[in-house]
Amino acid sequence: MSQKILLDKINIPGIKTYEVYRANGGYASVEKALKTLTPDEVVEEVKTSGLRGRGGAGFPAGMKWSFIDKKSGKPRHLVCNADESEPGTFKDRYLMEYIPHLLIEGMITSSYALGANRSYIYIRGEYMWVYKILERAINEAKAAGFLGKNILGSGFDLELYVQIGGGAYICGEETALIESLEGKRGNPRIKPPFPAVSGLWANPTVVNNVETIAAVPWIVNNSGADYAKIGIGRSTGTKLISASGHIKNPGVYEIELGLSVYEFMNSDEYLGGMSSDRPLKAFVPGGSSVPVLPAHLIYKTAAGEDRLMSYESLSDGGFATGSMLGSGGFIVYNDTSCIVRNTWNFSRFYHHESCGQCTPCREGTGWLEKVLHRIENGHGREEDIDLLLSIQSKIEGNTICPLGDAASWPVAAAIRHFREEFEYHIRFPEKIKNRDHFVNEPFEKVKHLVAKQYI
Amino acid sequence: MERTYHKQEINMTEALMNRIDELISHYPEDKRKSALLPVLHEVQDAHENWLSIELMDKVAQILLIKPVEVYEVVSFYTMFNQKPIGKYMFEFCQTSPCCLNGVENLMDYTCEKLGVKIGEITPDGLFEIRGVECLGACGYAPMMQLGDFYKEHLNETKIDQLIADCKGDKIILHDK
Amino acid sequence: MKVTIDGQSIEVAPGTTILQAARMIGGDVVPPAMCYYSKLKGSGGKCRCCLVEVAKGSDADPRPMPKLMASCVTGCMDGMEVNSKSSERVTEARKSVTEFLLINHPLDCPVCDQAGECDLQNLSFEHGKSQTRFIEEKRTFEPENIGPNIQLHMNRCILCQRCVQVADQLTDNRVHGVMDRGDHANISTCISKAIDNEFSGNMIDVCPVGALTDKTFRFKSRVWFNKPYNAHRDCDKCCGKTTVWMFGGEIQRVTGRKDEYHEVEEFICNGCRFDHKNVEDWTIESPREFEKDSVINQNNYTQKLEKVEIATEKNILLGRDEDRKKISMAEIPLNANNTNS
Repeated sequence: MSQKILLDKINIPGIKTYEVYRANGGYASVEKALKTLTPDEVVEEVKTSGLRGRGGAGFPAGMKWSFIDKKSGKPRHLVCNADESEPGTFKDRYLMEYIPHLLIEGMITSSYALGANRSYIYIRGEYMWVYKILERAINEAKAAGFLGKNILGSGFDLELYVQIGGGAYICGEETALIESLEGKRGNPRIKPPFPAVSGLWANPTVVNNVETIAAVPWIVNNSGADYAKIGIGRSTGTKLISASGHIKNPGVYEIELGLSVYEFMNSDEYLGGMSSDRPLKAFVPGGSSVPVLPAHLIYKTAAGEDRLMSYESLSDGGFATGSMLGSGGFIVYNDTSCIVRNTWNFSRFYHHESCGQCTPCREGTGWLEKVLHRIENGHGREEDIDLLLSIQSKIEGNTICPLGDAASWPVAAAIRHFREEFEYHIRFPEKIKNRDHFVNEPFEKVKHLVAKQYI
Repeated sequence: MERTYHKQEINMTEALMNRIDELISHYPEDKRKSALLPVLHEVQDAHENWLSIELMDKVAQILLIKPVEVYEVVSFYTMFNQKPIGKYMFEFCQTSPCCLNGVENLMDYTCEKLGVKIGEITPDGLFEIRGVECLGACGYAPMMQLGDFYKEHLNETKIDQLIADCKGDKIILHDK
Repeated sequence: MKVTIDGQSIEVAPGTTILQAARMIGGDVVPPAMCYYSKLKGSGGKCRCCLVEVAKGSDADPRPMPKLMASCVTGCMDGMEVNSKSSERVTEARKSVTEFLLINHPLDCPVCDQAGECDLQNLSFEHGKSQTRFIEEKRTFEPENIGPNIQLHMNRCILCQRCVQVADQLTDNRVHGVMDRGDHANISTCISKAIDNEFSGNMIDVCPVGALTDKTFRFKSRVWFNKPYNAHRDCDKCCGKTTVWMFGGEIQRVTGRKDEYHEVEEFICNGCRFDHKNVEDWTIESPREFEKDSVINQNNYTQKLEKVEIATEKNILLGRDEDRKKISMAEIPLNANNTNS
């Protein structure tokens, strides 16, 4: 059993309630921080821990905190990003639904570190019942004196609220989230200025993922150095992985970073292998926007080393033979699944979720989806594959926010590793009429039809 | 784009107004607009899950903003409906992980069972089926959203049961 | 602060953006801008036409910026070095953005009142191709009537949002905005309200394309058949300084006075724009300076034009063989005339 930091108490009956949570050592980090540590000391601990943002980008959390503008004298805010919407990711919801007080404890301790007296948790609109759970938990914490004025007699005031979204993936981008929190359309802002200088209502703001904030109580209770001992290299601590697709045990798992992908996939403690006897075909390690990897690059890197569940190992080989840990949305595909159909599905998602503010993303995501839809439905042309590559390269890097990149990477990766499958769709439209076309006749069996012929 | 006009009975009950006041109190006095999304959810839930122009104007009046600011926001977010919808809206997640677990077949089954296509409302006004993008329940696929809640690990039997429960008025849509 | 763009250096004040610095230098280095409008707060950053390469961040931090930057919203730093037209990457990016702007844009320039003074035409002329790779159906929107003076043609819109900013910054009750999202985002009032604010006509002037045009000028003339004159009148609502567009002795259209970047010098009121079309209403000053690089000038008769070769001339005149077979009576052979004679 590996060490659990976030989910260690998840199975205690009634842990959702304040009484049980408190009786099991909850809110200790608030007491410790407010009574014995200065805000800067808390920031230092988080820096030492090497904790990286768990929302997908993996930016060091302590460093992000240290950027917040404390000199301007403006009010500061901590905003928790609970707008979890990346396909394949459902870990934050699990945490908030089953142990809501952990997030609230983290919010209090982190707000103290940042000197924020008004903080928000922005949760996606579809998680309406979790929103209610958090509202109740906040009321409990307030009744117990952990929120409000002069918390624990320390002189620190904090008001914490949950804000509900309205159904827009783009609000997971931190500046779009802030716009949405201000009651506007979720259009990402142009940076600079960064939120650390001008965020919510033009005040200095830090936006952190749920899982990042939930890791703070442990770091404060123990120490940043202890946290840094867990994990491997610059991937310190534990990570929640949301596993889905063709596996025996889908769900949310807390792993120590550095676990091998093979063990995670096949151990009965975790995914327990494939869901049926159909072989592994591909996997996406970090949510829909990271590159998909084919079977031969999953357990081993291109250099032949074991692939580990860490930021570095998953991205080993760059985009040519690697991928990214991202938000930890682990999607597994067996050979019944069609990569073209899956890529079209992701493209449809990004097309649907583009905010429409900047040209390359607004026009490009729709174009990608239309071309992929044609190929998947047997109306592809030979030149469409290169067209897709060209469109995605024109979106990538030219947009205001990373949604453009997120929309283009999966397309590029799918063609990079599964080009023959695209060619098969284009050359044999009659064979892919049915959407379950690879169930009875997996691609391996028909691959020879598109193999290059040498005379 | 011009929108088709739909008439709606507006009923801002005292309970609803109290809840709106509470939501507004979550923000600084001069930042009332920030309460827009939560207020829209509350107002929509109390008005058969859709927002007419009049209702949006009402929200604008409460939050002291221009009506167009409300229209802009309502049309941006997918959870707000600008026309009447089926009482029980089955919103199936149709993003990749759910597809891997057969949500498309299940949607076909449900459509056939209710005799409607995606986006259509049954003649009795009870049901509507929609395909939506990732709801964050990939490990519990196939699944759908019904009101404030998720229905997960679905199969044909569970769909049958759900439809029966809806018809029998046994489904709670909103947690108030 | 010193900033260098395509090898040309200039001293600028802190807070100047790269685009403003480039405009100070002028000429070829100026990036195209479809959404930025210097007179509108918060404009810019959206269309991505003005992307430039920052090869050196500043003297203090000389690292290059990894991504191309939108020059209209990126501030200059002391010692910054920027590549605009001189960079292959930038040229490529501008081509890409042009292509993206055009894929869903209708090919209706022949009936569009903006043609001839359209920023998108100019952009396409500079960075576009005459072929398209887009074979899908173009996106279209249902029409909306936004009042008696302004014609909204949503299919042509590039969502620069200038018209929204004009309404926000010139009037106190904006009634239109951006609705929906993604590639279906559109400018609308949502409930077909007339936009009747007395400064609403400026939406037409700030629109870079033919999405918002003057209904009182609709289909009256091509802009290049008009002769523009600067004119003024006493107006109690605005500055009264305008450009009148004349055909013979008739004033067909009144607009704000635009500079070389097609930005109005001063906003004008609807009274001046729509209701004063008599020559007696105006004191006409002088003809406006002729714009050599405009699209209007490209096809005039004074410049020597090369003969246009239509490669498919035969097909155009006679139709394709297979089509002729389809439409003609099967029993009569194609070369029936020849056999009879």
